[in-house]
Amino acid sequence: MAEILNQWIPNVMVRTDVLWQSFVDTIVMVGWSGAISFVIGIILGIALVITRPGNIMENRVCYQVIDKVVNFFRSIPFIVLLCGLVPLSRLIMGTGIGVRGAIVPLVFGCAPFFTRQMEAALSDVSPGLIEAAQSMGLSNPEIIVRVYLKESIAGIARGVTITIISLIGLTAMAGAVGAGGLGNFAIMYGHDRNMPDVTYTTVVILVVIVTVIQILGNYIAKKNTHE
Amino acid sequence: MQDGLRSDAPVKDIRYLEKGGIALIKFEHVSKTFTNNGKVFKAVDDVNIDIKDGEIFGIIGYSGAGKSTLVRCTNLLERPTSGKVYIKGEELTAMSEKELRAHRKKIGMIFQQFNLFASRTVYENVAFPLKGSGLGKAEKEKKVRELLELVELEEKAAAYPSQLSGGQKQRVAIARALANDPEILLSDEATSALDPRTTKSILNLLKKVNKEMGITIVVITHEMQVIKDICDRVAVMKDGKVVESGNVFDIFAGPKEPITREFVENTTTLSRIYELVDAKSDVTKLQPGQIILRSNYLEKNVSEALVSQISRKFNLDVNIIFGNVELIGDNPIGGLVSIVQGGKKDIEDALTYLKEKNVGVEVILDGRNS
Repeated sequence: MAEILNQWIPNVMVRTDVLWQSFVDTIVMVGWSGAISFVIGIILGIALVITRPGNIMENRVCYQVIDKVVNFFRSIPFIVLLCGLVPLSRLIMGTGIGVRGAIVPLVFGCAPFFTRQMEAALSDVSPGLIEAAQSMGLSNPEIIVRVYLKESIAGIARGVTITIISLIGLTAMAGAVGAGGLGNFAIMYGHDRNMPDVTYTTVVILVVIVTVIQILGNYIAKKNTHE
Repeated sequence: MQDGLRSDAPVKDIRYLEKGGIALIKFEHVSKTFTNNGKVFKAVDDVNIDIKDGEIFGIIGYSGAGKSTLVRCTNLLERPTSGKVYIKGEELTAMSEKELRAHRKKIGMIFQQFNLFASRTVYENVAFPLKGSGLGKAEKEKKVRELLELVELEEKAAAYPSQLSGGQKQRVAIARALANDPEILLSDEATSALDPRTTKSILNLLKKVNKEMGITIVVITHEMQVIKDICDRVAVMKDGKVVESGNVFDIFAGPKEPITREFVENTTTLSRIYELVDAKSDVTKLQPGQIILRSNYLEKNVSEALVSQISRKFNLDVNIIFGNVELIGDNPIGGLVSIVQGGKKDIEDALTYLKEKNVGVEVILDGRNS
């Protein structure tokens, strides 16, 4: 086995430690920025849905502000965010480079996207269900948890899946500007030092990660769909 | 199972007592206005209704008449623009959000689209309103089982709503609406999405809920059949206003407003005579001296042998084209369409005789002068 690998991907096999570190870096970046984006996205997604005209906490100003801010950050190319947020990153994380330095721009790139995913998932909850819950005397926070969130678990799972996969793409881009991770690994060796086997190996690993996440997401969504 | 259903909460409003506890729900000059793109639309216009404890009260109207908005004023899902709503003498429209939520728990509601939670099983749907009710786990379970038994769906407890038929979904919705032992059940077009047979079974269930548990039911519908089958009293709505209201029997026997007449006509076959006359059908080709007579039994006199009486007394030939007798509550109501032949004077006397007997008469086609 080892012999075959040595023969097929010689440049990878001599630096498995670097590969492992890159893999860990990617997971750390996706994990942290994903988790933070999840919290921000779910809060903003809920806020967008419930403050929309005609909904339980209708609030024009609140809705418009969130809506426009989300649009603003979604329209900035990620590569621009990467460079533009370096000062903010230094302020929050203490550094603008490396894995730590990438998390702030990753959150800014990912959270607005995830917010829209959450908004779409929560919007699928029929207004009739909200009305039924209100007629039973539920308060707004109860409606958010017991109706909005509970009824859209499948949609949320699908949104999370799509978001994580696109986040993995973003980390590869962050890698290009020195954040580490698998993207960085592929660029540094595969491209810059002309080692195609490194590039191919990275691609295969990414395909495997994406596939596993997609399967997991589909499974959770299916488990929670009763239609 | 409904022990303790009637709460003996102190009555805060004297008006409730004055009437001897008659008006369970009271609408006082209730209006609701919507503004859409600068256009003002009066969905409910100065409605005054008293709904009595223990009755089934129907509100009928075409879509857009404001009946759904009005029923939502009962639990303030829609807040009236002006006017007051009382439940058991307490003014709902003056309550804080928190008080209002507590009251809503005592007002069950079912919907045309059932509005079951798709991600929860039948059991979980029925148990849904019980969270925070203070019942223990075992009590909750007992309660849900009892409710499922009431709606005859015990064996479906573990099923998801998507696995149920429309009628079964509405039964689950009814069980869920009854979970908190409400005193009032609001039914918003609950049978409008169901086929006639399922509609009957749901209506029977509502009747049972009313009779056995003493729950007052407010039924919103556009089908007179529903009113006829289960309601004690009815209000007819048009353009946001209640144009006519009263006992269902009286409304059927003597509808006053054109729209009420339309609703009543739609439930009988008698009105088909007008179509036949318009189509100049063979049935309606009269010999000279004949008339087509429509008679409506306004009072409970259906059982009298009026047809044979007039034919004997006035020497008339009476040929019945349509007949329709139905039961509203326990009272028969109905009418006949017939071709009457005889002497001019005899026919005139017969009509007078029928009017004296309190039978509504209408000459639909007159061949006496041709």
